[in-house]
Amino acid sequence: MAWQRKVLRVDLTKGVSEIEPLNMDWANAYLGERGLATKYLWENMDPKADAMGPDNVLIFATGPLTGTMASTSGRYAVVTKGPLTGAIACSNSGGKFGAELKFAGYDLLIIQGVSPEPVYLHIVDDSCEIVPAGELWGGTVWETEEKLKAKHQNPLLKVASIGVAGERGVRYACIINDLHRAAGRSGVGAVMGSKNLKAVAVHGTLGVSVDDPKRFMEAVRASKALLVDNDGRKELTELGTNAMIDAMQEFGGLPTRNFHEVQFEGVGNINPEAMERVTPEGHRNLLTNKACFGCTIACGRIAHIDATHFTIVNRPKYRHASGGLEYETAYAFGPLLGIDDIDALTFASFLMNEHGMDPISFGGTLASAMELYGMGVITDKDTDGVALEFGNAEALTVMAEKTGKYEGFGQTLGLGSRLLCEKYGHPELSMTVKGQEFAGYDSRALQGMGLGFATSNRGACHLKHDVFTQDMEDQTGQGKAKPCKDSQDLISMVDSTGLCLFVMSAWGVEEFQKQIDAACEGDWPVERLLEIGERIWNLERLFNLRAGLTAADDTLPKRLLEEPAPGGTAKGKVAQLDIMLPEYYQLRGWTPEGVPSNETLDRLKLQA
Amino acid sequence: MQKSLLIDPAKCTSCLQCEMACSFEHEGVFNPAKSRIKVFEFEHGLRAIPYTCTQCAEAWCMQACPVEAITKNPATGAMEVDEGTCVGCKVCTIACPFGTINYNQSTGKVIKCDLCGGDPECAKACPTGAIVYVDADWTGYQRMEAWAVKTHAEGAARGEG
Repeated sequence: MAWQRKVLRVDLTKGVSEIEPLNMDWANAYLGERGLATKYLWENMDPKADAMGPDNVLIFATGPLTGTMASTSGRYAVVTKGPLTGAIACSNSGGKFGAELKFAGYDLLIIQGVSPEPVYLHIVDDSCEIVPAGELWGGTVWETEEKLKAKHQNPLLKVASIGVAGERGVRYACIINDLHRAAGRSGVGAVMGSKNLKAVAVHGTLGVSVDDPKRFMEAVRASKALLVDNDGRKELTELGTNAMIDAMQEFGGLPTRNFHEVQFEGVGNINPEAMERVTPEGHRNLLTNKACFGCTIACGRIAHIDATHFTIVNRPKYRHASGGLEYETAYAFGPLLGIDDIDALTFASFLMNEHGMDPISFGGTLASAMELYGMGVITDKDTDGVALEFGNAEALTVMAEKTGKYEGFGQTLGLGSRLLCEKYGHPELSMTVKGQEFAGYDSRALQGMGLGFATSNRGACHLKHDVFTQDMEDQTGQGKAKPCKDSQDLISMVDSTGLCLFVMSAWGVEEFQKQIDAACEGDWPVERLLEIGERIWNLERLFNLRAGLTAADDTLPKRLLEEPAPGGTAKGKVAQLDIMLPEYYQLRGWTPEGVPSNETLDRLKLQA
Repeated sequence: MQKSLLIDPAKCTSCLQCEMACSFEHEGVFNPAKSRIKVFEFEHGLRAIPYTCTQCAEAWCMQACPVEAITKNPATGAMEVDEGTCVGCKVCTIACPFGTINYNQSTGKVIKCDLCGGDPECAKACPTGAIVYVDADWTGYQRMEAWAVKTHAEGAARGEG
């Protein structure tokens, strides 16, 4: 019940697959999705293994509520060792693929080894074929999905695949499912490419059941009703995630031109209002909103590009609708690069989906390259003649395509900003934590978010902690360690349910508890769920420590620690990590060296 | 009074809550593959269209059935399949011009929308009002009203109020 109690394990080296029972002791201790996949990863690989080598393991994981009527039940996670960071990677995606994998009867899909030739997986319930990828290899995500549906005569097939970026090892290549939903961060697509695995195509007809259907449906209905009336939910439905760009602009926490500034003069041309604005010629960027599987919020945007815009004027194949601007994409291609051309941003966003790349890391990497170009360190000779100047929309779209196709300077951009900046002798210009580029929140204005970035197990990331409210109220580092830790633990649990973080605008831990408790066998009090969250966080930490990371990696770039914010509400401030980090380690029950103490490991039942 | 499912694709976000609700009501599990209502996506996800049986008054499926397994529920107007009588010959699936009655491999019978006995779960589960259950005589009421409102607004704008 809730779990399918089955794991599909595929060994690509041997070319075989087998179904094994789910380890229910682990499910009871780690719930599902992020947590359960982390436990399986921990038990199935040496964290020191090369992320792009045969010993890395790639896990697709659903949660106990994936594929149920709980709102936002379409989530799945991809957990592996990330090539961008050398740390654990945990990327979460929506769309319809995750629920389909669950309907085919699986809690987890575990991929091991490296196939001797490019292949894809075709899974229909209990059947799993490893099929030569043939001409699919070298193609885009969009071509792959279309061809697989046609080949298998199944329009309902759900596909997760990589583009050339993933095949060629762009370190922030992602796995895209359902055309425009992404397991986006830390390079999980590059791991898939390193295994010679082009796509996973699934059709499931087995369904999902729950332990106490009547109580489950009551909890589902009550929780959905809370979403209906919630203002945060309404904003997500009506404006999408890009509503954040106006909030960050006003607050002065919007990283601009590789974090030289914290506000961007061009926001009015790329915010939700701009997406809805009709041009004198009658073009409107935004077409409609769209939901992932089971979602009653529907924050997704469907947009199109002005047919006369320079990016597509001679390329009619891009005149169709597709996934529109989310906040992180709008930030990483807009303020971070100093560009306010909404059609260029939308086109580059299309290219990220088509070729399978993380827009945050691509934007962050290009921003560092633009700074180096401005300094004269990178020149036209390096860039194939493209002027990598802040504000140059053509530089964005041309480089997005070159990187997606792994051509020219795109190969250098595909390294990610840490290696790119090292290559050019300026590691301090890489705005990353553990090698991963920042989401759109400046740590000088949002101190607690900064602590979260510094301590996130997968590198700089906005989705593993939530200290917004406290940061907006108080712009110091005082008292931020506790809300940071508590939210990290809570989110680790939520990420393991199969539901989306965006319900948290309306739901507290009690709503998750009621739905989990009714869906899953056994008793699931709030305390147990929160302990699971903390256990997951600590196991991710143990993975990273064993992989070779240390407390020295829990830091922020020099620019945020030493260069004061030039404007906004935090003008003159730097990130106060020195105040927050020792308190955070103490609250976590870690040594001053950032290692979980024996007492902590005992308490969380993590001793080997 | 009989009621009909009224579907407005423009409001559909493709969340598939309707498919889960349908399969849960009829099969006891969440399983879109066994849903009597299907959402189709077009144009790279731009359009999503829920589709199910319209409960024809003179139903092709009912007339084609050689064993009279399909009968009309007088209370709801729904054409219902009696699983005990259905022999799984699939002739109804050929007869239906809309494709909304289908064979179910796991039971060897056909399945179609039965309006859940007069309280359709898909309509209750739809978060956006894309699927509603309304008086069968007035399925055009909302559209008529919308045009009336538009006509009124245009008139008022011209000073004819």
